[in-house]
Amino acid sequence: MQWETVIGLEIHTQLATQSKIFSAAPTAFGAEPNTQACAIDLGLPGVLPMLNAEAVRLAVRFGQAINADIAPRSVFARKNYFYPDLPKGYQISQYELPIVGTGRVEIVLDDGTIKTIGVTRAHLEEDAGKSLHEDFHGFTGIDLNRAGTPLLEIVSEPDLRSPAEAVAYAKKIHQIVRYIGISDGNMQEGSFRMDANVSVRPVGQKTFGTRAEIKNVNSFRFLEKAIAFEVERQIELIESGGTVIQETRLYDAVKDETRSMRTKEEANDYRYFPDPDLLPLEIDDAFLSAATADLPELPDAKRTRFQSEYGLSEYDANLLTASRELADYYEAVARACNEPKLAANWVSGELMAALNKSEGEISASPVSAHALAGLIARIQDGTVSGKLAKQVFEGMWSSGDTADAVIEAQGLKQITDSSAIEAMIDAIIAANPAQVEQYRAGKDKVFGFFVGQVMKQSGSKANPAQVNELLQRKLSA
Amino acid sequence: MQNKSIAQLAADLRLRTYSSVELTQHYLERIARLDPTLNAFITVAADAALDAAHRADATLKRGDAGPLTGIPIAHKDIFCTQGLRTSCGSRMLDNFIAPYDATIVERLAAAGAVVLGKTNMDEFAMGSSNETSWYGPVKNPWDTTRVPGGSSGGSAAAVAARLCAAATASDTGGSIRQPAALCGITGIKPTYGRCSRWGMIAFASSLDQAGVMARSAADAAFILDEMAGFDERDATSAALPVPDYVDALDDDLHGLRIGLPKEYFGAGLDARIGDVVMAAIKEYEALGAELVEISLPNSALSVPVYYVVAPAECSSNLARFDGVRYGHRCANPVDLEDLYKRSRAEGFGPEVQRRIMIGTYVLSAGYYDAYYLKAQQIRQLIAADFTRAFEQVDVIMGPTSPTLAFPLGSKLDDPVAMYLNDIYTIATNLAGLPGMSIPVEPVAGLPVGLQIIGNYFQEARLLNVAHRYQHVTHWHQAAPEGCE
Repeated sequence: MQWETVIGLEIHTQLATQSKIFSAAPTAFGAEPNTQACAIDLGLPGVLPMLNAEAVRLAVRFGQAINADIAPRSVFARKNYFYPDLPKGYQISQYELPIVGTGRVEIVLDDGTIKTIGVTRAHLEEDAGKSLHEDFHGFTGIDLNRAGTPLLEIVSEPDLRSPAEAVAYAKKIHQIVRYIGISDGNMQEGSFRMDANVSVRPVGQKTFGTRAEIKNVNSFRFLEKAIAFEVERQIELIESGGTVIQETRLYDAVKDETRSMRTKEEANDYRYFPDPDLLPLEIDDAFLSAATADLPELPDAKRTRFQSEYGLSEYDANLLTASRELADYYEAVARACNEPKLAANWVSGELMAALNKSEGEISASPVSAHALAGLIARIQDGTVSGKLAKQVFEGMWSSGDTADAVIEAQGLKQITDSSAIEAMIDAIIAANPAQVEQYRAGKDKVFGFFVGQVMKQSGSKANPAQVNELLQRKLSA
Repeated sequence: MQNKSIAQLAADLRLRTYSSVELTQHYLERIARLDPTLNAFITVAADAALDAAHRADATLKRGDAGPLTGIPIAHKDIFCTQGLRTSCGSRMLDNFIAPYDATIVERLAAAGAVVLGKTNMDEFAMGSSNETSWYGPVKNPWDTTRVPGGSSGGSAAAVAARLCAAATASDTGGSIRQPAALCGITGIKPTYGRCSRWGMIAFASSLDQAGVMARSAADAAFILDEMAGFDERDATSAALPVPDYVDALDDDLHGLRIGLPKEYFGAGLDARIGDVVMAAIKEYEALGAELVEISLPNSALSVPVYYVVAPAECSSNLARFDGVRYGHRCANPVDLEDLYKRSRAEGFGPEVQRRIMIGTYVLSAGYYDAYYLKAQQIRQLIAADFTRAFEQVDVIMGPTSPTLAFPLGSKLDDPVAMYLNDIYTIATNLAGLPGMSIPVEPVAGLPVGLQIIGNYFQEARLLNVAHRYQHVTHWHQAAPEGCE
């Protein structure tokens, strides 16, 4: 039987606020346990939540970025369950009335077609603390630094049909939240966590199969592998006469498998109800326009513009708009040197390779956009050959110097003085009479030998065009 | 000294007729003498009170005293007090010392008040007799075989027995007004949102409101003046200006339209209470007021609605008491579930457990719509009854409680009978309206309360209406035998 995979994603992205969603405690990552939790985060008796307007602003920006309706009135609700790292015994979230309603994003499939994926909703909520099971022989440690950190939970429609589509969608959301500056998207630190609802059904069937939810995946690679494993598991199960049960599963990256965490019957009844400590959240036009006035150009729009404005291929435009920082860097180079295609090659080629090798961020690149534009200018004006330019770039990368300084220091300036090149050619012709003979007898291939000799002698600095011209003239003479 | 009004005490302190230390010592002596019988206090903070009184005297000497500088008061043990245990009447919090003050505690301290201690209460404010307290029942100063009412029974008894000049309290379904009625004192529950809930341990967040218990409306006005007002730490507190409650006390009552809901004078009301309450209302006629019969048709639904909404919120609010971070923790838990179950079973008394279970039930999947949602809808109808009534009248009057103070233990085994004691007070909480209780002529030697309900944020009017009655009557001045 032919099977169709149906996937929906729930993505928790940590909002980049200075303080927590309902308290003034800081949100910085990596502090000593329990040093960033105040009375509100600890759920002490009598304390009350105070909504952080910045978290609301960031959620509104996201809604706008995915063309979603922003609810003029949304409601915080309590999700009740007991867990040691959940100090109040409930999580403040949004349930029936979320702040961001239906929206959509576009993803590019492998064959280049564009598919629209629906976003059902996005809602604000607070994160829980962390339970630390290591290091406390027989006990569990609780770190409440993360408790109360603002999250935006972004829920997709079940529109995704393969692990690759799921990854493309997740990357798209990741790209958007970083573009609009609402989250650092740092996956190692848990700022971007994904849950996947996965089911399969025979091709052509309208109703959905029973789904399993894979919780807390924190890398795109694991997301792809976890879904792929789960799809295989469900198909094998059904084909061998079994039934998929609704359950929550965890992905084990070491064993590359998902395994059951709890079934529907074991699931909590969260007893959601509107939080009486918080008034309904009302967003007026003034707040909406202030929150979204400085929304940057979004990735899709930027990609289209790069194609039309700089004449880039879709592939290059896609690559160079992957992050806002990269796109900004590219544009700065392109504008400074006025050579957009050459700039695209250098940024996507040498620069990206160097960044990948050093595992560095573009913001910390030792070669600034201005410096790279300077190098490209030197290629254009013939100061340095295309071949030696890579060497210049390496020099710039390791020293942080400008192209001119590196060319000067390493003596990489192209030789364009005709008499100097002529002198070299004369000497080479004199030293290789046999090859001259062959060439003159009509063996054109030998020409390459002479070019090679000149370049070798000049340390690759001789201007190739001049070498060609002079060699031809001299050998024909 | 203990029979003087707050205005008189403040004047005496300024003239240094006596010092705040002397006044504080006087109250501490009364507490030492009378409270072993009454059990109105859970914690007496004698040293801290005397320190505060010394500071108050210094302030008075410098001549920059605030309105309450040096006046000894008590706080219901539901309000967090930095460095002083806040138990909420529960074993669960027997060891809890808050690292912060409730907003109203902070504001009264800033106004110069001296805190004598923390008063007894029904556990987590759940009760109408003060018998659910982990620290034992409070006795009614008028008859120590009877209950003082609840949940603010400790504050009511302390004020009635003159163990403090006034006390703070909270009211979720009648917890200020009913004990005020049963103890013969004046109590005011302001509009929901008038006083900050920050630092007040939550029972039912959409109903809880802090207020005052005092010997007169004028005294209550002095205290409320300092407590009321917006607090950015409480999202539900009202960002509205607060009028001067003392200033409005003497306003004339001519033309005041008093609504008498027929539902508040029907079956279930002790006829003797009905008579003295009507006699008091007639007094208002003599003061120039006009009586209008009104109807609050959904009144009968207020108790059932309340016992869905309040337990629902409490089941969630009390989830934080899990034995993990603070409060009672059972000995030697074998695992997490054991820790939760035994800590909570040991830490909470039977009434609290009953309400947590009811609340958990009404919020659970499949029952939410039938109970919680339906109750919230009826709550709107109850509020609408009042909105319609206030188109015709300025205040609403009736009895505070259907019964006199009842004997200790008499209703403990019948929760429904206990719940019905709040039948006249609950609707105001559901609607969020301000309400008061003031003493009228006693029945069989026991106090009776007249309830006065006002429109939203009409506390000044309520205090004024109460004060004018107290100006021409003396019921509020009566003291229980042995407490004069």
